Amino acid sequence: MGELEGFYALWYREIKVFTREKSRIVSSLFTPLLWIVVFGGGLGSAVSLGGVNYQVFIFPGILTMTILFSSVFFGLYIVWDKKIDFFKEVLVAPLSRTTIFAGKMVGGSIDALLQGCAMLLFGLVLRINYSLVEICIAFVFMFVLSSALVSLGLIIGSNMESVEGFQLIVSFLVFPMFFLSGALFPTKNLPTYLLVFTALDPVTYAVDGLRGAILGTSQLPIALNLLILSCFAAVMVAIGTWTFKRLK
Amino acid sequence: MTLTVETEHLTKRYRELLAVDDLNITIEEGEIFGLLGPNGAGKTTTLSMLATLLKPTKGTARVNGFDVNTQPADVRRSIGIVFQDPSSDDILTGRENLYLHALMFGVPKDKRAERIDHVLRLVDLQDRQNDIVKKYSGGMRRRLELARGLLHSPHTLFLDEPTLGLDPQTREHIWAYIENLVKSEKVTVIITTHYMEEADRLCNRVAIIDHGKIAALDRPSALKSRIGGDILRLTVRAPRIDQLKNLDYILSMDQSGNTLHLTVKEASKHLQEILGIVGEADSVEVRTATLNDVFLHYTGREIREEAGEGGIFERIAHTRSGH
Repeated sequence: MGELEGFYALWYREIKVFTREKSRIVSSLFTPLLWIVVFGGGLGSAVSLGGVNYQVFIFPGILTMTILFSSVFFGLYIVWDKKIDFFKEVLVAPLSRTTIFAGKMVGGSIDALLQGCAMLLFGLVLRINYSLVEICIAFVFMFVLSSALVSLGLIIGSNMESVEGFQLIVSFLVFPMFFLSGALFPTKNLPTYLLVFTALDPVTYAVDGLRGAILGTSQLPIALNLLILSCFAAVMVAIGTWTFKRLK
Repeated sequence: MTLTVETEHLTKRYRELLAVDDLNITIEEGEIFGLLGPNGAGKTTTLSMLATLLKPTKGTARVNGFDVNTQPADVRRSIGIVFQDPSSDDILTGRENLYLHALMFGVPKDKRAERIDHVLRLVDLQDRQNDIVKKYSGGMRRRLELARGLLHSPHTLFLDEPTLGLDPQTREHIWAYIENLVKSEKVTVIITTHYMEEADRLCNRVAIIDHGKIAALDRPSALKSRIGGDILRLTVRAPRIDQLKNLDYILSMDQSGNTLHLTVKEASKHLQEILGIVGEADSVEVRTATLNDVFLHYTGREIREEAGEGGIFERIAHTRSGH
């Protein structure tokens, strides 16, 4: 009972923060829209891939990117939280660390999912027609991906002492994860050196799965994508919980 | 009298630094107990161990009857903590902050609203409860955190430097609030401070802590009377201190440059005689002993009023990085 209420408290806080920081939501959606409208529109005037316009082709990739950035940053933000914020209050509460981790993770995932929803709505502008089933599958992928990535962010953030490392993480982790995921190109005929990295990038399976769900074209079966992504998420959540138990 | 805190050989070591050294203290129910000391003396480390935020290297403590090593969750439920630096969420309103605390500390659903109203009234924040904390002044924020510390009806309230960084007037206000809380809520308060006036004004008993050890522990008035005389401060041209040493009413003497710092029995009576010996003085100051003098007496140092070097969490981060 107590743990459940604590979980609710953490979640409640994230939703309040989300709804109050409207400028953050707008800016977090602006970059993906730039990618789709300008990059996708520009390159799309010359290229079409997998039988669809390039703009439509990268849509699942950019949707994934939205989740990727907002999830990892949400997690990393704990560096700041640890120092000045309400999180101190949370750490002294008589709650188990598993509960605290779960509250934080679900809060962050919902945050990312809401941004994903906004992107899905934008997909309608691109004349992508989703069925209810497709939307449900997309949601499952987005949720598993964001759980994994919020956890990853929380793990890194818990081990960082200052915000100075942020740029390093963005350059060496977040951007490579995005570019290698096949968000902007098909992974079918890649040279071997790229293929290896692409296969190692867990985000690849989210992009492929979402492309399968939304556009009906994927390299791997959707279920296999989901399985691999879920394994990654399970490992991240496990390490994250362990990290939080050590966190003072 | 029931004991609220009882420590047994409580020790914290950071590698070569002994931050808290074999501490044995007892704090009784209903006290305002002060841990007074300069930065780095071990006050905050002691408080952190009592609040189960840091594990003792050796020894243990019982807080409200629970052992900090073996029953940390029970200890946490029985105490309230107000941190040195702000720890309320500034995007949420005052009331929302209290609501979250009520959820996390297991205040029963049917009592939540009532408890929140009650503590808001205690610190006079009813009118601002629905404002976002970002809009609060430093003093209001501190009051909100005091209210939050009391929300789950703890037996003991820990205050880590409760007025650090506040202006003198606001500090007065916070003191008045703390005094009222103790009366109306019947909590034991344990406070760390490096402000002498704060310890003097608020505390029933004060432990002067230096280098992780208790240098003295008593009521502020008793500590002051231990000095045994008044303080006489003289700035003289050519101090002739040798002759002063023979006077039996001079209890102690310190010289730094041209300034003499004397502890004198019945100073006003003997002032003329002392001035006759030391010669022409540029300035003379006679006053009764303060806690500051007590501190100087026991530690050989003057406490300096400067910004704290970091609260509980900075200390913990410090441990984690292994220094």
